[in-house]
Amino acid sequence: MLTLEARATQSAFAAWLSPLLALGLTALTGAMIFLAMGKAPGVALYIYFIEPLTSWSGLSEVAVKAGPLILIGMGLSLGFRAGVWNIGAEGQFIAGALLGSAPAVYFFESTNPLILPCMMLLGILGGMAWAAMPALLKTRFNANEILVSLMLVYVAELLLVHLVQGPWRNPEGWGFPGTRMFPDAALLPMFVPGYRVHLGTLIAVVIPFLAWFVLTRTRLGFQVRVFGSAPLAARHAGISSAQMVWTTLLVGGGLAGLAGVMEAASTIGQLMPKISPGYGFTAIIVAFLGRLHPVGVLLAGTAIAVTYIGGEGAQISAGLPKAVTGLFQGIILFYLLAFDLLTRYRLTRVGARGNTA
Amino acid sequence: MNEKPLLQLTGISKAFPGCIANDDIDLEIAPGEIHALLGENGAGKSTLVKIIYGVLRPDQGRLCWRGEEVAIDNPASARSLGIGMVFQHFSLFESMTTLENVALALPPQDLDQLRERLETTAHDYGLTLHPDRHAYDLSMGERQRIEIVRCLLQNPSLLILDEPTSVLTPQETDTLFTTLRTLAAEGRSILYISHKLEEVRSLCDRATILRGGKRIDDCNPAQETAQSLAEKMIGRRVESAKGHTAPAAYEVRLKVTDLSVRSDQPHGTDIRDVSFSVHAGEILGIAGIAGNGQTELMNALSGETGPPQAGAIEILASDASQMGPMARRQLGAVFVPEERVGQAAVSDLSLVQNSFLTSAFRMGFVNHGLINWPGVGQYAKEILDEFDVKATGVDALVSSLSGGNLQKFIVGREILQSPQLLIVSQPTWGVDAGAAAAIHEQIQRLISAGAGALVISQDLDEIFALSDRIAVISQGTLSPPRPAGEVTTEQVGLLMGASRSISETASHAHA
Repeated sequence: MLTLEARATQSAFAAWLSPLLALGLTALTGAMIFLAMGKAPGVALYIYFIEPLTSWSGLSEVAVKAGPLILIGMGLSLGFRAGVWNIGAEGQFIAGALLGSAPAVYFFESTNPLILPCMMLLGILGGMAWAAMPALLKTRFNANEILVSLMLVYVAELLLVHLVQGPWRNPEGWGFPGTRMFPDAALLPMFVPGYRVHLGTLIAVVIPFLAWFVLTRTRLGFQVRVFGSAPLAARHAGISSAQMVWTTLLVGGGLAGLAGVMEAASTIGQLMPKISPGYGFTAIIVAFLGRLHPVGVLLAGTAIAVTYIGGEGAQISAGLPKAVTGLFQGIILFYLLAFDLLTRYRLTRVGARGNTA
Repeated sequence: MNEKPLLQLTGISKAFPGCIANDDIDLEIAPGEIHALLGENGAGKSTLVKIIYGVLRPDQGRLCWRGEEVAIDNPASARSLGIGMVFQHFSLFESMTTLENVALALPPQDLDQLRERLETTAHDYGLTLHPDRHAYDLSMGERQRIEIVRCLLQNPSLLILDEPTSVLTPQETDTLFTTLRTLAAEGRSILYISHKLEEVRSLCDRATILRGGKRIDDCNPAQETAQSLAEKMIGRRVESAKGHTAPAAYEVRLKVTDLSVRSDQPHGTDIRDVSFSVHAGEILGIAGIAGNGQTELMNALSGETGPPQAGAIEILASDASQMGPMARRQLGAVFVPEERVGQAAVSDLSLVQNSFLTSAFRMGFVNHGLINWPGVGQYAKEILDEFDVKATGVDALVSSLSGGNLQKFIVGREILQSPQLLIVSQPTWGVDAGAAAAIHEQIQRLISAGAGALVISQDLDEIFALSDRIAVISQGTLSPPRPAGEVTTEQVGLLMGASRSISETASHAHA
């Protein structure tokens, strides 16, 4: 019989090796799945993982997709470090997009340059407001934040559908659900003509370094780390648990909301019934794949973005189903969790002998 | 002893990653003998006993039971040989009665018959038990008696007791010893694990002394002095700590008035109407058996469990009742809680980071929310140097420190903040003698410099060694503090068990 036995020491090296091994094994498993589907595994894997990185437009698309993943993943990893399990970032993303888009919807002919900063701010506030609900219910009634934040995702999704089909629907849109296209002043500036990389992408690259500074240099960052790994020690040091729950949820919600409004105000340019390919949930994988570390999240967000872009390419040029993208993300998480378990425990064989008196 | 030994261990060795817990140990236990296994924390006592009881298997060596070599694969086979064990941490279900707890450990049988056997056995060995009371309602002494009776019902030839007196009052200890002597007179052997020298001297026929995983000596403890036993156990002379010199001043550092606290733990102990004060230049010792409200009192004083339900806590003449832990530290108090790992220190953070944990504001390490890490690093280095903490450096993780070194670090971290008031719970619990002496000396030095201290401890020797005045906590109430010179161990012991024995006698009369 095999059992798990806790390791006396955990190596930091193994902790970082685990995501790399997970990625490698995912590619291997993917190859076998492609083979079973009758596709040449080498070609499919190339299209999936390499091709997006071989052209400027591919790289630009990866960067655009990585942006929201990094922003959300960063906010989530802060909460996960503190032991606050916000898994409703998808809802906070949508709430941010909704509130942040309101100025563009109501002032659709605006040319005022202040409209964009105003939208970003409202986006952050929208995400925060959505995250404030689990925070309030947790600190006030000890309600489980996992359930509350998750269920609020569906509320946000339905609210979005309601708005774009009802009050916010484009009156000149022939009845299709969706708002008017945003005015130019309400769109994030792009840097290079022909490529979709925009200001939001840059912000997504800067935020992790800011988070790194906060985590290592400020008292707040220290409190988050202590609160997550030893709640009683946090209490001993006078760290308020309610304050930690509020802070991490608001920061996580705010970053998800910012990602949401930036998505609406860039690549989409309007609100539609569906504005996210599951960024909020995929960012959970990003946070763990990145070891909850800011730089790790930056790298993991990029890696996962490759699977999105590669998945699109694979649909077009190799005729692979869209579900393969989700499949790959699932396999990555599966291997990651398995290797993480093995960095903390070792498998040992125990004798099947044993008698009872 | 010419008889064939009941149990004979030869050349037992057991290694764990990074340490050799048992190194070539021989041990012989004769029938009817009370045999002490004496050693400091970490000497290898527990490992050896776990090997005998089948919890661990030795890497090398032989076990002979009544002259025949045996392999003890698990506790069940140990029990079938006739070995019973009472662990230091009891394995009772709080919400079950005595009878139910005993029944659980035995093969299924009729409860009425079992009740009869239980009562007979308890009576024969002078073990007072109440079959229908729930475990959470019982004193530590009675819980231990359940464990002992549970073993006795299986008619063991060898009974192993791991630090049995650490949770008992002096009076309960006397009762236990009477029972153990009766058992020995019947021809049963007892393996008695302890680090308390006087107990071993008065109870045991023979003692095997372990140090650093090796067998150091076999002796007749009655013919040794406590000092000579201690030297064998520790490996060098132990100096007892010198007292402090500052005379108790009038200035009050801590004043607690009619404090009542509801425990935040299920089956915890509420604090009721506790009043006392601590002056500059004195140590007030609070004795008591574990689980009588010490944790609740400590957390209420440090502000970790929020404002008290009633009463007031004044630190240096400021009302601190509504303050959080950091604000209380700003008034001049520092706290060393009983739990080292997870409360006083975070195991997966470095010593530098742990230095910052409680000193953030008292030492001025935070400026506009930013941490002055070089300053904290300097401070951590000071703690390591001044308090002789053995670690690979200030960046070592807390989890890499031994218990004694970690406690020296924690006490050092608090004392270096130059507090006017030190509140410490179990300062040397589970700490080796060398570190314990160093910690006592540092506390004394702080008091000599004019601070006041409150020491909560279950260790009566420690209470008497340190305190100017002594009070006893029992079931959440505090006896009036009395000068240390005017009370005896026996009086303190009576207070420790006071309300408990009254309620036990009362319910006994009903039974």
